[in-house]
Amino acid sequence: MSRYSRWQNVFRSERLNSELDDELQHHLAQAAEDLIASGMSEKEARSAARRRLGNYGLQKERTRDMNIAAWLDSLRADLAYGVRQLKSSPGFAAIAIASLALGIGANTAIFQLVNAIRLKALPVKNPHELALIDFEDGSTRFGAWFNDDAVATYAEWDQIRAQQQAFSGILAWGRTRFNLVNGGEPRYAQGLYVSGDFFRVLGVNAVLGRTLTAQDDTKTCNAGAVLSYPFWQREFAGDSAVPGRTVSLNGFAVPVIGVTPESFFGLEVGSQFDIAVPLCTDPLMDPDHIGRSGMPAGYWLSIMGRLKPGWTVKRATAHLHTISPGIMQATLPPVYSPVVAKGYLANRLTALEGSTGLSGLRTQYERALWLLMAITGLVLLIACANLANLLLARATVREPEIAVRLALGASRGRLIRQLLAESLLLAIAGTVAGISLAIVLSRALIAFISPAGNPVFVDTRPDAEVLLYSVAMAMLTCVLFGLAPALRSSHLSPAAAMRSGGRSVTAGREHFGLRRILVTTQVALSLVLLFGALLFVRSFRNLLTTDPGFQAEGLLALNVDFAKANYSVERRRAFNSDLAGRFSLLPGAVGVSQVAFTPIGGSSWSDMVGADNAIAENSGNLVDFNVVSPGYFRTMETRFIAGRDFNDRDRLTSPKVAIVNQAFAHRLFGGANPIGHTFRYTAEAGKTAPSYQIIGLVANTKDRQLREDFRPIAFFDTDQDENPGATTTFVIRMSGSPARLMNGARTAIASVNPSIGIEFRPLSAQLKESLLQESLMATLSGGFGFLAASLAALGLYGVMAYMVAKRSNEIGVRIALGADRAGVIRLILREAVLLLAAGMIAGAAFAWWAGKEAATLLFGLQPRDISTLAGAMLLLAIIGLLAGYFPARRAGTLDPAAALRTT
Amino acid sequence: MPKTRNDKLQGTLNLLVLRTLEARGSLHGYGLSEHIQAVSDELLQVEEGSLYPALHRMEQDGWISSKWEITDKGRKAKVYSITARGRKQLADEHETWERLTRGVARVLKYT
Repeated sequence: MSRYSRWQNVFRSERLNSELDDELQHHLAQAAEDLIASGMSEKEARSAARRRLGNYGLQKERTRDMNIAAWLDSLRADLAYGVRQLKSSPGFAAIAIASLALGIGANTAIFQLVNAIRLKALPVKNPHELALIDFEDGSTRFGAWFNDDAVATYAEWDQIRAQQQAFSGILAWGRTRFNLVNGGEPRYAQGLYVSGDFFRVLGVNAVLGRTLTAQDDTKTCNAGAVLSYPFWQREFAGDSAVPGRTVSLNGFAVPVIGVTPESFFGLEVGSQFDIAVPLCTDPLMDPDHIGRSGMPAGYWLSIMGRLKPGWTVKRATAHLHTISPGIMQATLPPVYSPVVAKGYLANRLTALEGSTGLSGLRTQYERALWLLMAITGLVLLIACANLANLLLARATVREPEIAVRLALGASRGRLIRQLLAESLLLAIAGTVAGISLAIVLSRALIAFISPAGNPVFVDTRPDAEVLLYSVAMAMLTCVLFGLAPALRSSHLSPAAAMRSGGRSVTAGREHFGLRRILVTTQVALSLVLLFGALLFVRSFRNLLTTDPGFQAEGLLALNVDFAKANYSVERRRAFNSDLAGRFSLLPGAVGVSQVAFTPIGGSSWSDMVGADNAIAENSGNLVDFNVVSPGYFRTMETRFIAGRDFNDRDRLTSPKVAIVNQAFAHRLFGGANPIGHTFRYTAEAGKTAPSYQIIGLVANTKDRQLREDFRPIAFFDTDQDENPGATTTFVIRMSGSPARLMNGARTAIASVNPSIGIEFRPLSAQLKESLLQESLMATLSGGFGFLAASLAALGLYGVMAYMVAKRSNEIGVRIALGADRAGVIRLILREAVLLLAAGMIAGAAFAWWAGKEAATLLFGLQPRDISTLAGAMLLLAIIGLLAGYFPARRAGTLDPAAALRTT
Repeated sequence: MPKTRNDKLQGTLNLLVLRTLEARGSLHGYGLSEHIQAVSDELLQVEEGSLYPALHRMEQDGWISSKWEITDKGRKAKVYSITARGRKQLADEHETWERLTRGVARVLKYT
């Protein structure tokens, strides 16, 4: 048979069928004829021939199946049959598809994020050859960190580039943001300072104009900007003549030289760069022409290299180890004291797998996302158990039909296939709906975790991995909820099934065994999810209600940037106090103070401190510093415990003074009154650090994040700051509308100098944004926990209702014989309680074990919190008993006569 | 490459069918089973339930071909005949069978 005619078989099943009939009939006729010839009666001969051939229908089917894609045809028939079955019960189909879509949709959405943040390789040439270069854990480095994940100073980068042999190309980049407007309120673009070779090493070519080259990144520095595709579209409307135009970055007009491809977002997953300029522009943009590159201990660069052919990350690490001492020697910051310098010289560099780039987002959310994936997985499992239960109920209704078909010779395999086809249809419909849902959900998730004004950029376009994942999900769920009912139905003994289709007084135990197990599993899993949800909600509530030590509500932070005004240091000091005076006159301003670092603001300054005459370097007392103006604690409403505030007599020339918090007093002086004591921080090489006298003690405040234990903090006076910068932050305590105050502040600034930039941030919003991850976990786990409990309640209700319906005869007899109705209700409820109890015991054990996974994400409570577990169990018990009560009440109010008559 | 099947009995049925068709030209299913029974002096009885699935599979594998004929009794019958590929398969299965029986015989003799 030719291939063509084989395929033809699929489309002419009727003909194939009749041909098979003809062939087998011919066989029977011949056999009967021979038997008659040997003396048998015609009737006997026919049945003997028939017996010899065996089960005619099965024979035909087995023969048919030998014909190629006859099974394809039967698959089509099975699917058509499945569609008919589902059409006949649209309610069931709708519930099934909706619950699957929710489960698969939520799962796929989370997977999309995990995939984009953790798994996907960078959109560059051969990303698997890339390696990140970093210092080994435990390295000794002190200095100013401009990004949390910065690795190197400019000097270190310069030496690494010069000395390394492991990479065919090496690149460095530093994050920044560029202000696109001059003066007034800023509009920021995400900027990258990149080494000249950046684009060449990555293999990213320009779609328009050219990218940067090594010749752009030299001492003479012909600054040119490379735009990202979205920025080009947004700011230049995709103008093809953009190379040659200029873009204003922090007030500098920089010529645009090219545009990168649409897929290239940079090397940091979670953000999309807008503009890249060469590293050499960094000092040019600094009013003091030093920049971060010029700081001997200014950490702001990340480094990546493309491994030479044949080199591995391990070999590169070994190589970096050998060149590390030379690099450290060449880059030792001169300000380091001998103790620190000794540690620095022992530092070692290492190479890390770099194909997925860097990501602060990953660090922050990876654990939460994996946990959410587990949670949505459990929700999907519960949904599957529900569906399996529903299908079992349907299968029971169809038992007589299936029994008849088995008796007529249907093969079990075919029956299983037919029942699975129905499940497959549900799974496919659920997956298709789920994928559409996932696209919406993942966008919503990204919007959720995006801080205002700095949207998280994650490429979540569904790709092969995501599609593969959801198809795998569909297959898995189909097998999970469809296989058990299908297997069970096909193992019916036809005779028994047909008997039980008739009248029976009690329902057999075996009917319920599997369904009981399913419901118990649902209860157990939903307890775990409810427990998790309560943990996260409580943890979030703890964070919201934790006392940060200041009153964030009604506080406005205000950033003033006068870098373009080119003020001298003396002028800056005068300007600051002039501004503070103007702000305090604004209507609605209750208090105005200057501060270097607003709490929970993302930046900080810390150093080792030695009490009295102790040496700071090896004291082990790491302390955060802040610089504030007199009245700061009053403005923040932070409790003053002892001593005095800064005042006019604390001048630049007078002895240095400081105010410390309780944690500081506790750490350095064992809780004794610190007032009158002195301290020093680490000295630069060859100098002695000034000695600060403690004049005041204030209550503890949260400094870097709300989750932290109170850190020791020392506050210095702005008036004693020898080197005020070109930006200042004020905090203003407001009464009344912020809008009016903000307008007043804008006018006040503009009247001084229109080139000054100004930016507002309500402190309460800043606090909320620092809790995005916790808020995400609380919201999502709460939602999923509720969904899981509802699904479990639905499952329990279904089983109980079904059981009452099946046992209505028995219950009718009981009532007729005088059982009281309360007794009947108790009888049914006892069943529900048993199921609930079994599920909860299993669930509690599971929750106890799983709790530790959440430990690092919790605040203010232990992962194995008994009261939370008890709360979850109580909640589930109430929901479960309600679900069981309604069927029980129905059983109690059965009319015995009616119950006995109907079957 | 000839397909070999692990199922020994199945293989035997293939062998018997192919050999019969080689010797007798074309036959229909019933004729095949009758012929095998007769030639083997009633020692071998073809399991009729397995015959038709086997015939259809061999046809799919291209070892035999079929056509519809009207028998001398006026019935419509599907008759099978061996193909070139079938002859190769037969030679192959014949050899396998010879080896098997030789081996079994030796074991029975010398153990």
